[in-house]
Amino acid sequence: MAIFKDRNYLRVNLDKDADESLWMRCKACGELVFKRRVRENSNICPHCGEYFFLTARERIESLIDEGTFKDISKPIVDADPLGFQDTKPYLERVAEAQEATGLPSAIIIASAAVAGIPIVLGVMDFRFIGGSMGSVMGEQISYAMEEAIGRRCPFVLISSSGGARIQEGIFSLLQMAKTAAVRACLAEERLPFISIMTYPTTAGVQASIASLGDVIIAEKGAMIGFAGPRVIQSTISEQLPANYQTDSFAYQHGFIDRVANREDLRQELGKILGFFVEAR
Amino acid sequence: MSDEKTLDLLEAKIQELRELNKKDGIDLSNEILRLETKLESLRAEFYANLSDWERVKIARHPKRPYALDYLEAMFTDFYELHGDRLVGDDRALLVGLARLDGRPVAVLAQQKGRSTEENKERLFGMARPQGYRKARRAMALAERFSFPVVSLIDTPGAYPGLEAEAGNIGGAIAENLLAMARLRVPIVAAVIGEGGSGGALAIGVADRVVMLENSIYSVISPEGAAAILWKEKEKTQEAARALNLTAPRLLELGVIDEVLPEPPGGAHRDFQRIAGLLKQSLVRHLAEIGTLPIADLLAARYRRYRSAGRYRTLSDR
Repeated sequence: MAIFKDRNYLRVNLDKDADESLWMRCKACGELVFKRRVRENSNICPHCGEYFFLTARERIESLIDEGTFKDISKPIVDADPLGFQDTKPYLERVAEAQEATGLPSAIIIASAAVAGIPIVLGVMDFRFIGGSMGSVMGEQISYAMEEAIGRRCPFVLISSSGGARIQEGIFSLLQMAKTAAVRACLAEERLPFISIMTYPTTAGVQASIASLGDVIIAEKGAMIGFAGPRVIQSTISEQLPANYQTDSFAYQHGFIDRVANREDLRQELGKILGFFVEAR
Repeated sequence: MSDEKTLDLLEAKIQELRELNKKDGIDLSNEILRLETKLESLRAEFYANLSDWERVKIARHPKRPYALDYLEAMFTDFYELHGDRLVGDDRALLVGLARLDGRPVAVLAQQKGRSTEENKERLFGMARPQGYRKARRAMALAERFSFPVVSLIDTPGAYPGLEAEAGNIGGAIAENLLAMARLRVPIVAAVIGEGGSGGALAIGVADRVVMLENSIYSVISPEGAAAILWKEKEKTQEAARALNLTAPRLLELGVIDEVLPEPPGGAHRDFQRIAGLLKQSLVRHLAEIGTLPIADLLAARYRRYRSAGRYRTLSDR
């Protein structure tokens, strides 16, 4: 799991203290900006263009045709298969994440439409234990692809994850193999899988399902890679280039097909889906 | 409580006595026998109560047999194939053809270096993208010619370096997971030392997974987990326990198929025996799954991975 550092994305809770302050200060440029303007602008600073974090819900809202969202997530939540406890018990951590996000898990599975094309959509929420992939996320992604097969429609996955859910040990590691196995079915059914990598798509998620898209698009400012910069520097002590594990690094080295600005993602997705739908 | 070092020290002392006994003609044989019995019981006691962290240390023991040792002991005619046809030949992940019990198989094997010099080449058993892509090439070859695949896992993890990142190490691992899920030949994987995360799984998706008793398999190293979750390096032992990474525990959890018992102290103390056990196990598993029609084998493999994971279902929805 890569270490998350606020760098390109800044976290802001637009709902918090909404009544008390209609304004927020952008941590990137220091300008006071009107919160509603930020929200209307896909959580991008209207002054300097800095991207703020999107929750899974906000992400969905920013991508799909209005009024087409339907939450079809499986009704499952994290178990604690190992009785794991670090500085606090695992299930306490899960309960806190549920409380803080209002979500049952780190991913939402939805049916929706983009540019009028029906899709099954999976969207991770980084706020939920770093968007880490444990048994629930692995099952939700697998189920989502099976739903896509059942509905004969494309599957779209928006990743925002530090990697595997360490607290589930071997079970989280196996989710990499599980999602890859179901992805093979989707390919055999000749249904497209569009993978969108956002900040961050790293470690166990980058090294499995997120890298297996028929088309892979990175959002501008995404962090993409396997071993985090701290791991590399501590084990190998190599000097890393300034663009290390950024969208431009991934693009230059050929991991991804395209980089898109946040405000263009919806259109980009509609466009690419259009090709596949016409082909069938 | 004795530790491994004390036991080794005692063993060395006994050896000294033996030499004295021979040289000086002083009869120490009773003393030696007494000490030997004592050592044996101490060793048995120590290894019967190994902590998870101590098992991690055995899995990483510098004398632990490595893949090439097993290749030599278990297979005949190992014929190594080199290169990923793209950038180079990874020396941490070896592939080739060999005969197991007279039958041709394709081998994938992670190899650590014995010396500092060798580790410059083998990067401590950490494969780069070219290693995983070479493995995928070997898988494709195995599929084309119906060779079963035998995979020997022993890696701290995929190589964490700039060159590996620039070569999309994550993507290379992902492609192997996809390929192995559908490979139309039997696959048996054995963890012989360290099963380090995605770097191990990338050659570890299999119909049968066996582990040597003191090998480990984990989503992250105990050191990594301690640093990320506890934010204290000193919590490594606690992390080792929390991760449930030992072979006996993983068998209990139902994620592997067999644990092969090692002699007290680890596989290096009786290599021929453990190599014999592992060979028997591989032969037996391949015989069992080798008779299945390929569609049934793939369906069973699919169920194995599709059902991986534990979660709670909410009834009120």
